[in-house]
Amino acid sequence: MYRRNAWILHAVLITTVVIVAFPILFAVIKATQTRVDVLSPSLIPGTQFVENVRNVFLNANLLVFMRNSFIAAVAVTVGKTTLSLMAGMALVYFRFPFKRVVFGLILLTLMIPIQVLVVPLFDVISLQPPQTFAEWWAWISRPDRILFQPAEYGFGWANTYAALIVPFLASATGTFLFRQHFMAIPSSLADAARIDGATPWQFLRRILIPMSWNTIGALAVIEFVYVWNQYLWPKVIIRREELQVVQVGLNLIIGTGEGVEWGYVMAGATLSLVPPLLVFMLLQEQFMRGFALSGGK
Amino acid sequence: MKDNAVFTSRVLPWVLLLPSFVILLVFIYYPALQAWVLSTYRSNLFLNTRNYVGLDNFRLMFTGPLADKYIQVIVQTFVYGALVVGLGLSIAMVVATLASQNVRGARIYRLLLIWPFALSPAVAGTIFLFMFNPDIGSVNQVLDALFGIKPRWLDTPLLAFSLVVLASVWKNLGYNMVFYLAALQNVPKELGEAAAIDGAGPIQRFFRITVPMLSPMTFFLLFTNLTFAFFESYGLIDIVTSGGPVGPPPADGAGLTTTMIYQVTLDGFGGSGNTGLAAALGNVILLFTILITLLQFRYGSRRVQYGDN
Repeated sequence: MYRRNAWILHAVLITTVVIVAFPILFAVIKATQTRVDVLSPSLIPGTQFVENVRNVFLNANLLVFMRNSFIAAVAVTVGKTTLSLMAGMALVYFRFPFKRVVFGLILLTLMIPIQVLVVPLFDVISLQPPQTFAEWWAWISRPDRILFQPAEYGFGWANTYAALIVPFLASATGTFLFRQHFMAIPSSLADAARIDGATPWQFLRRILIPMSWNTIGALAVIEFVYVWNQYLWPKVIIRREELQVVQVGLNLIIGTGEGVEWGYVMAGATLSLVPPLLVFMLLQEQFMRGFALSGGK
Repeated sequence: MKDNAVFTSRVLPWVLLLPSFVILLVFIYYPALQAWVLSTYRSNLFLNTRNYVGLDNFRLMFTGPLADKYIQVIVQTFVYGALVVGLGLSIAMVVATLASQNVRGARIYRLLLIWPFALSPAVAGTIFLFMFNPDIGSVNQVLDALFGIKPRWLDTPLLAFSLVVLASVWKNLGYNMVFYLAALQNVPKELGEAAAIDGAGPIQRFFRITVPMLSPMTFFLLFTNLTFAFFESYGLIDIVTSGGPVGPPPADGAGLTTTMIYQVTLDGFGGSGNTGLAAALGNVILLFTILITLLQFRYGSRRVQYGDN
């Protein structure tokens, strides 16, 4: 390659790297500045980082928001990966009737993003369950009303962790990823395991899981980031500040009135980026091999 | 396809599938059915009234006094989506190609390009809201000092719309870059070298080799970026513009940055609390999503194949 071209290439790449990083670096620098400097265009790092972090953590509840997000993200990541692994194993290593129908029904949910269901899901989650046996019996004995009339009862989970976790535990994407991965494992391996008398449980533990770390890691990245970054659903279903997640919490810190403490907000934005960034960096290799390289298929 | 189904238990596969199945049934399929049921009612969350109105909610969206608003919202969602996808994917494709060249420090460049993969729409929105704040934002202070202008980024309709597009494209850069860089690792180097020997310039090689080789990944990213524009952008828009400001006629039926999902939450949980209308609009989005998914399956499977896989 000509020397001149190499310089142009470096120039373009450096420019892009700066554009990609600039708003985040801007937030990080602003998080270190004093109340006065924050409102100036100055990009000189200040000395107030610890002070801003302490304020946003304790006075603006960021610690609580991050804890809530962390609980939800870890629970969904572990639960979803486990359920997807189980479903994928059933679909590949067992013969049972209606297998294609079952797989089709799981795959079909890829087309139904949970956000379009925000209104009915709100009812299903937030309405109170039947309080007495008589109510319960009257409800269950009329399946036509359950199906074709607006829901009367729900789980009563408004303002709970369950509302942030349970609806997201099953995954078409995850099941599909594991199924594709298992199908690519030579069948001779499963045959050999069976001939040696391995039970399905032993096969799962000794062979399948050790061979699936890339897929598990990829799915963990996708799900952790997905839950950590969620905004719409928590905003709607969680109305108590001490249970709110970090993304909506940031907006609460900005608040509505004048006099926003932008130093705190930028410290909050910066800190909220750390957990998903760590997960991504730690599992980047697995993510690349288990998902990105296969084109997400 | 070889058959991997070596275990014969009748019960175990159902036990393994049951948890996933119950969750999908209760939290996807049942709400999806309820969405259609709710869309045939006119309800008011606050008065707690609910009347069966048949398909009236759908009729209201496309004819009558409210039609202007809903059609505007649908059209601007697609314009926003097209801009996010078009700009985002072309920029990411060009930069990923450059970063995959045989250049010194390519590994470092790649790492520096993908690290914001996990950036959230809400954080992107928060940073942009601060940077572009008309009064105290750094962008306007610099513009004021240099050119003596202070654009009203958040309340001038076209500027606000452009700002949301800009923030969205930027937010997705890291994500798109991850996938394009991964796909480019799979493109055989010999192809480009052979073309170079035959006298093809870098631009010709990009359009004749790189773009077609990346097309399966482009189809995948087309779908994920459109999903972002339709749904995940909600957090960004809510923080930066709250769906506003109202555009000039004929786009004065709704805020210019109100997307379909934003309108759903306005109708469902906002002032009017009309969950019937919200559910109906949700179903319209669902139909669009299904259509787009089917198109993706239809054309995404027509892969361009070179090399030996």
